[in-house]
Amino acid sequence: MVQFAKDDDTVVVIVGSGAGGGTLANELCQKGVNVVLLEAGKRQSSATFINDEWPSFKQLAWLDTRTTSGSWRIARDFPNLPSWICKTVGGTTTHWAGASLRFHDYEFKTRTTYGGIKGANVMDWPLSLDELEPYYARAEDKMGVTRTNDIPGLPGNNNFKIMYSGATKVGYKTCHTGRMAINSRPRAGRGRCLQLGFCFQGCKSGAKWSTLYTEIPAAEATGKLELRTEAHVARIEHDAAGKANAVVYFDADGKEQRQKARVVCVAGNSIETPRLLLMSASAKYPDGLANSSGQVGRNYMRHTTGSVYAYFRDPVHFYRGTVMAGVITDEVPNNPKRGFVGGYEFETISLGLPFYAAFLDPGAWGSKFATFMDHYKSTAGMWIVGEDLAQKSNRITLNSMVKDQYGLPVPNVHYDDHPNDVAMREHAYKQGEAIYRAVGALDVIRTPPYPSTHNLGTCRMSEKASDGVCNKHGQTHDIPNLFISDGSQFTSGGAANPTLTIVSLAIRQAEYIAEQLAARSL
Amino acid sequence: MKNMTEINAAGLENRDRRHFLKSSALLTGVLTATSVLGLLAPSLSWALPLQHLDQADADAVLALAKTLYPHKDLPDAVYALVVKELDVYAGDAEGRNFVTKGVAALNAKASGHFSKVSRAGQRRAVATLIDDGFVQKVRSTCVTGLYNNDMAFAHFGYEGEAFSKGGYVHRGFNDLSWLPAPPSEASPALKS
Ligand SMILES: Cc1cc2nc3c(=O)[nH]c(=O)nc-3n(C[C@H](O)[C@H](O)[C@H](O)COP(=O)(O)OP(=O)(O)OC[C@H]3O[C@@H](n4cnc5c(N)ncnc54)[C@H](O)[C@@H]3O)c2cc1C
Ligand code: SF4
Repeated sequence: MVQFAKDDDTVVVIVGSGAGGGTLANELCQKGVNVVLLEAGKRQSSATFINDEWPSFKQLAWLDTRTTSGSWRIARDFPNLPSWICKTVGGTTTHWAGASLRFHDYEFKTRTTYGGIKGANVMDWPLSLDELEPYYARAEDKMGVTRTNDIPGLPGNNNFKIMYSGATKVGYKTCHTGRMAINSRPRAGRGRCLQLGFCFQGCKSGAKWSTLYTEIPAAEATGKLELRTEAHVARIEHDAAGKANAVVYFDADGKEQRQKARVVCVAGNSIETPRLLLMSASAKYPDGLANSSGQVGRNYMRHTTGSVYAYFRDPVHFYRGTVMAGVITDEVPNNPKRGFVGGYEFETISLGLPFYAAFLDPGAWGSKFATFMDHYKSTAGMWIVGEDLAQKSNRITLNSMVKDQYGLPVPNVHYDDHPNDVAMREHAYKQGEAIYRAVGALDVIRTPPYPSTHNLGTCRMSEKASDGVCNKHGQTHDIPNLFISDGSQFTSGGAANPTLTIVSLAIRQAEYIAEQLAARSL
Repeated sequence: MKNMTEINAAGLENRDRRHFLKSSALLTGVLTATSVLGLLAPSLSWALPLQHLDQADADAVLALAKTLYPHKDLPDAVYALVVKELDVYAGDAEGRNFVTKGVAALNAKASGHFSKVSRAGQRRAVATLIDDGFVQKVRSTCVTGLYNNDMAFAHFGYEGEAFSKGGYVHRGFNDLSWLPAPPSEASPALKS
């Protein structure tokens, strides 16, 4: 495996090997660019993944302390676990479910479409669907998304059958087994889905796309990638002119290391990315890197979520087969008559018994909870994914009162639901309940949001440098050789799971970086 | 079944009497022969010797777990796993004291031994003490302990680990037959 010297200042350094960082690394390597990929976690594989929820969580999840504030229920239920993100090679693409939906054109123009909304900080992207479309197409091909590129849809499981029947009964027209980055038949050297039902625990069959066993080995094969695992980046340094020139990290032994860089790309997911920029504050940049707008860490979005579970007279075994086995997209289009702007989708969800107990209704006790558990076998579930609105005060800050294992300030995640989020969630809960009642649910329950799986917006793209952190290529307005390469770039969240868009942006960013390097403008 | 063997390590049939003599308290029970666990367990009777909790406290913790999560027919053998965790927690003076004080508070609210008062009395006592540290400790131990073991998997009908069995692709991922099958545009047939 290639190794680059620590003082080699010609390399591109990428922080984080997940959807954004792993893809960017491969795309750059394919174009002949030398990359050092720094990943805080260890390297696992399909062979080492564990079909057991808590042990798998301990193996893959980001468990460093974080703190919370704000009126969101997460601050009460999971005060030190605001988000569900991974720390491992492949990042959260090890845990993700594979749902891969494109944004609609108006979702890039939310300020124009929704108008000004009190209390929200909604803005149009500096990018249009037209511009992103070719990259969406490449991402779908790369990830092997079903119902694109002539790849058949996945067969629906029992959980999907219930969703489909209920959706049809309440009059919904668009319900199918989704666009999933999961092989419905063998493709790209990976087998088809075995319907294991452990998509959230790392796919042991490799049917589900993850940068761990697609992008990263492909990049390694070029001889252009050096992946350093257990490398926890603590700060980014800059030269006298203000350009990024090195990344400082703690290695597996806790020793500080410094890697020089020509370009630095940050893809640590939307909590760690702004944290890193804020922790890199210097005399020249006292508010943190790329923060002249004051927007670093702000506009944190996490989608308006919630789940509806229901139990029936007859068995379902919803834990069998793909976790997100189908979607309903009728509620996606913006229709303010419903009492909120933006839209939402439903996706099936299933949890194993241990997670079901932990997440069904955190803090609950007594007979209603027990009765739901008693009916586990005949339960069906769906998850709500809706657009939440950017707000300036929803933000990641450094909590200097609490330190992590390296003595660094932990990130505090502050979130308050906007009235629009609350109205949307209420609408979605009602519809979800109606779907299950329509097919004979004996009882339904509204499950509150899980720790955030979709974390977005904290270094957002903007046309003007005063409104956001980076431009439409993810290049920061303030520091031309510093890039944001993950979901932090999102100007708005859309009613779509984010990863396909993150991957598309990474492909596009790689093209831009390679061009700029070739033109010697970086 | 891993957990069942744990509890039955001192199963009534072949128990090691000296081990029992050293124990601080003992929880015992008998599984219903026709229950899922009764069919799977190596023996119907089970016993769990404890090392730190005294009998009254152990009984109270068991009753508290059953009050917090009152399942229709979940055998005590599963609730006993929660008591076992609390027993480990009570391994030092601080932990022991925490449990004793917690049980005393429950007894006071229940006006009697918590494990012996009526179900309604138990529910009332727990409702008023729900934010108490000890009650919350037992509650969170229940959430991770009660539903995360082989006995619970068997009882509630969760099949657990699936990879070694080839997943569910040929084991019923789509065997639900009480609703019509969705059309193939929505749910295509399995591809080989
Ligand atoms: C259970 C679950 C289900 C999901 N399902 C879906 C789905 O169906 N569809 C969808 O679109 N999305 C889904 N997601 C979300 C999806 O996983 C994320 O959107 C995506 O992985 C984010 O990509 P990223 O590159 O921003 O970050 P990640 O993939 O999280 O990668 C970030 C990486 O950076 C590393 N890192 C962070 N800080 C540092 C540092 N300081 N130094 C070194 N390394 C660092 C982390 O260890 C991690 O490996 C799901 C998420 C979860 C948890
Ligand atoms: S259900 Fe399919 S995608 Fe999910 S873990 Fe199993 S094989 Fe992988």
